[in-house]
Parts: sequence; structure tokens; C-alpha cells
Amino acid sequence: MSAIQQRKRKRVVPIEEACIGCRLCEVACVTEHSRSKDPVRAFKEENPRPRPRNVLEERGHESFSLSCRHCTEPHCVDACIAGAMVRDSETGRVIHHPEKCVGCWSCVMNCPFGAIHMDRERSVIYKCDLCPERERPACVDACPNRALILIEVEE
Amino acid sequence: MGYVIIGNCIAAVGAVEGIRRHDTRTPITILSKEPYPAYGRPLIANYLKGKVAESEIALRSPDFYESHGVEVHLGCPATTIRTGQRQVVAEGGMAFPYERLLIATGGDPFLPPIAGLEGPNVHTFVTLDDAKALRQEAPSLRRVVVVGGGLIGLKAAESLHDLGIQVTIVELADRILSLAFDEVAGRLIAHRLSEIGIQIITENTVEEILRQRDGTINGARLKDGNILACDAVVVAIGVRPNIAVVEGTEIQTQRGILVDEYMETNVPGIYAAGDVAEAKDWHFAEWRVVPIWPNAYRQGMVAGQNMAGQRISFSGSIPMNSIAFYGIPTISVGVTNPPDDGSYEVHISLTEEEKSYRKLVFKDGTLVGAVLVGRVERAGILTGLIREKRPAEGFKEALLKEDLSYLDLPRPLRKEKLGLPTEEVPFGVRAG
Ligand SMILES: Cc1cc2nc3c(=O)[nH]c(=O)nc-3n(C[C@H](O)[C@H](O)[C@H](O)COP(=O)(O)OP(=O)(O)OC[C@H]3O[C@@H](n4cnc5c(N)ncnc54)[C@H](O)[C@@H]3O)c2cc1C
Repeated sequence: MSAIQQRKRKRVVPIEEACIGCRLCEVACVTEHSRSKDPVRAFKEENPRPRPRNVLEERGHESFSLSCRHCTEPHCVDACIAGAMVRDSETGRVIHHPEKCVGCWSCVMNCPFGAIHMDRERSVIYKCDLCPERERPACVDACPNRALILIEVEE
Repeated sequence: MGYVIIGNCIAAVGAVEGIRRHDTRTPITILSKEPYPAYGRPLIANYLKGKVAESEIALRSPDFYESHGVEVHLGCPATTIRTGQRQVVAEGGMAFPYERLLIATGGDPFLPPIAGLEGPNVHTFVTLDDAKALRQEAPSLRRVVVVGGGLIGLKAAESLHDLGIQVTIVELADRILSLAFDEVAGRLIAHRLSEIGIQIITENTVEEILRQRDGTINGARLKDGNILACDAVVVAIGVRPNIAVVEGTEIQTQRGILVDEYMETNVPGIYAAGDVAEAKDWHFAEWRVVPIWPNAYRQGMVAGQNMAGQRISFSGSIPMNSIAFYGIPTISVGVTNPPDDGSYEVHISLTEEEKSYRKLVFKDGTLVGAVLVGRVERAGILTGLIREKRPAEGFKEALLKEDLSYLDLPRPLRKEKLGLPTEEVPFGVRAG
């Protein structure tokens, strides 16, 4: 058991006013979660092709890139009947274990942001993992407009 | 002394996680009737059809109890609570003293008075042992009758069908899933189940289970006199709060154990959470047992934190269910069969050929219920509005769209929910 302490949590924040809907965040996400880590090969060769874990919301001129908020009280974790969705108390990340997922879509039903996506063929969900291997998530690094920024929040 | 928890499923897990947010020291003792570490109860259906192994249904990692400082007693049901001495007595007589106690004993399957119920080949479908018994029997079964067309009955039926067994569901109401889903969703699912070969009989019930001389089942006689040939019967007409352990104490019960908004019973220091608890409803001004997984976890989490000295109130049980039978995802949240008193406003869009359906229920301009069949992708946006009771005046129609986007919410609302300053943020300026 570790002692309780205040921690800083990473959070990706979308800035609507700066988003031009270029979808580079999606490209970066797909590349980061590919086997080859190469955009061309990820998009053209990999099967199944990794899917973007963010969603580019778009209505006319309005757009922004939305991904899992890694909530402090994640409703998706409440709903997960398989123990596949858990919140890591050390890092504050909400982590999904696809090998445990049974595709019941309970988390999809309960995520207030609609930030959990369904892979209906394979009956699993996928969502933002905050790029655990990187200092900063790939989408943040890729955004040419600083329409995605990384902040740290105290908890 | 320390915390004692009776029961060991999701409400208990929520409580452990809640306690440990604030108190990493005081020991926790769990008394578990079942002999297994906490598992995903709904997954017994996946286990029955062979989709997941026993080792894969555990809810948390194998070191969960140890790493959370929990002493867990498996196969050790509690029998009595001595509130005066602050002790729980377990089968065998061992006493466990507590400072704070959580009752998370869940539900017990209800068995109706059916003639011939006693004997082999009759199953309930609530525990891993139930699923094991069915799975062991399955190779010798050709036809099974499932009594009850609710969520659990349907899950049992689906798994048995997938094992190559001919299944008939017998439901007393005029439609299946009448509690959790509305009429149209129930019809679309019933249609799909018939398509794949599961027979559904409504407005009928099993009155007698017929047995051969050796005791094995060979049929079920229905209320209308018809006889269904079958080799086994699964009874799934519902679960009732398992309140046996509080009988004879001053802990108040109605249908379940009554708790206040802090999940505490009328006896200070004793809490209840999950399927056994009768808690505040999020919408109706009443106390209800809403026996679903997300409520059980959240109630456990709230109870646990309060047991550890916090004062966090439970925002109320919201009925919600998500099922995915044979490729038709179906979700229902909140008030889906509104009372016909003129105070609810219902918006519907239905394309039956594509098996796509959306129904939204509003009251006083606020979304209070939703049913989605087919395209359920962003259902959670609706659930969020329902939970938070956000006025939806001005964007009701947008919510009915199949390609619902977060951008359909008014800008100030979406910014607030995303935790952004609601005034305009100049380009490049850091938020937060
Ligand atoms: C087949 C099936 C499918 C389901 N599917 C869904 C679904 O898709 N979505 C959903 O939201 N819900 C679903 N549910 C309901 C969901 O499983 C319950 O809401 C949830 O398990 C409640 O959790 P709980 O911790 O309150 O109680 P339970 O899960 O009932 O656990 C209580 C535990 O306490 C133990 N216990 C009882 N008495 C004692 C005692 N005296 N001493 C010690 N231990 C005791 C019991 O043995 C049990 O292990 C399903 C249920 C079943 C059976």
C-alpha cells in the first residue's frame, strides 16, 4: 500500500478556437499506436489498421479533437462488468485492458464525453491511453496550431 | 478492529477502493460466501458459452486483496450481525469485530412456486457455480426452457443457444425485457432472437416441471396447458435483495436495506451498497433497489469513502443497461417507460429495416431517459446529460441525431463539461 499524496495528473485539453480540423491528431494517434510507428505503413499495410483514439468533432466551421478525459471519477470504470477498465491510482490514467474486454459497451453507455469507441468486428472498445511511452501524447506534439495542449492538474 | 465487508463482488470492490483513497492503514476484512475472488458476475454468461475461462473473469489483479491490505475469507458466509457488540459472526461461529461495517450481499435469485421444481436439471443463473453446473450438464442437453425474459434469462438463453442447445424463453409479461427496455427495443431484440432460432413465448409461464421416473426432466407444462419438451429448466425471474444477514437486527429494511445518501443505514457505522441496498433514486423522489453493476460500484465507492471518514453523498441510482445480443447493441438509460401523465415529452426516430431506433424522454425541458438500438456510439453523451439533469432546451432535436457530436451541445455547456474556461480563449493561450 502506498501512502496518499497529492499528485499531478496529465490532461489533454482541446482548444476549439484554434482547431482547423486538419486531423493530424488522428494521424499521429494512429501512427503512435501502430506496430511500425510509421504513418504510411500504419495506414497502408497494417491489418487491422489502428484506429484513431480521439474523435475529431466537426460541424461546419467548428471543430475540436476530443479524447478520453481520464476523469477523476470515471463513469466508464463504474460500468465495466469485466474489470477491463481501471483507474491507475498512481498516475490517474484510466487504463483499458483489451484482453479483458467483452464488448458489452457499458462504458460507451456511461462516458459523458462519448470518448470511448467501439470496434464492433472485434467486440472491444478502444480509447486514448495518453501515450504511456511518451513524455507528451502524440496528438499534442502533432497539432500544428496548439489546439491540443497538455496540462497538469492537481488532485 | 477495522472495516468489515460482507459480500465480495463489485460493491465490495468499490468500497475497498473507496476506503483506500483515504485510509491506507486500517485493516479491511471481507467475508465472502462464494469461494472465489471477486469476479465479473455478468461474465458467467460468457463463461458458460466458453468465451472466457474461469481465470479470466477475475475483476481485479491477483494481488488486489494483498495490495489493498484486505484479509479475505473465501467460502465464509456471515450469519449474524451483533450490532451491540459490533461483531459479525460467520458460519462456524468465528466472530469478526468491526468499527465500520458494509453489507454488500447483493441479490438472491427468486424461485417461484413451480410444481416439480425440486430435483435435478433445475438451474438458477447468478453465480459462477450456477454457470459451472450448467456447463457440465450442457453436453447432454438438447432442449432447455428458460423461465423469465429479463436480462439474466436472455443472457442464459444466448449462451445455451450458442452451445447448440434449443432454447425456449417463457415470459409472464406481454414482452421480453419489459423492466429495463421499452416496447420497441424489446420487440427489435425479440425479433432478432427469433431470427437466430431462440423461441419466445409471452403471457405465459411454467406451472409444472415434468419429470421421468428417475427424476430427470422431460418437459414443462405451461399455464395455457401446452407442454414443452425439455431436459432442463433455467429459472431467471429476478433477484431479490439478500437481506438474510440483517434479520433480527434493528437495521431497517423495506425491499432492500434502507440507506441514506451517504449509504449509511439507520445504525451508525453500518453501511449497505449494491443490489442489497435501497437507495435514493436520481429522478423519482423515492428510494429504490436498482440492481445493476454501475450503481453497485458507485454505491460501494461512496460507502467506502464515507466509512473512511469522508462525507460524500450518493447522487442517486440511475437505471441503465447495455446489451449486445447477436449484433444489435441496445442501450437504455433512465426513465424509458415514462408514466402516462402528460408531464413527459417523448421524441422517437425509428428505421425498422435497419434495426435502428432512438427514443429520448424529456421532462420539464431536461433529458431524463434514452433508449438506443443499433447506433449507440455516443450514447454516453446522453447519459451524461441525464445524470447531470442539464436543461436541453434549444438542442433537443440535435440529440436525436445518429451522428450525435459533442459539438451539438451549446458551447458554454460543452466547455464547462470539458473543464475549460467558458469565455473565449484567445489563440495559443494556456487553459486550466
Ligand atoms: C448473468 C447476469 C448478468 C448480468 N448482467 C449485467 C449487465 O450486463 N449489466 C449490469 O449492470 N448488471 C448486470 N447484472 C447485475 C449485476 O451483476 C449486479 O448488479 C451486481 O453484481 C451487483 O453487485 P453486488 O456487489 O451488489 O452484489 P452481488 O454481485 O450479488 O454479490 C454479492 C456477494 O455477496 C455474497 N454474499 C451474500 N450473502 C453473504 C453472506 N451472508 N456472507 C458473505 N457473503 C455473502 C454473495 O454470495 C455474492 O458473492 C447481471 C447479473 C447476472 C446474474
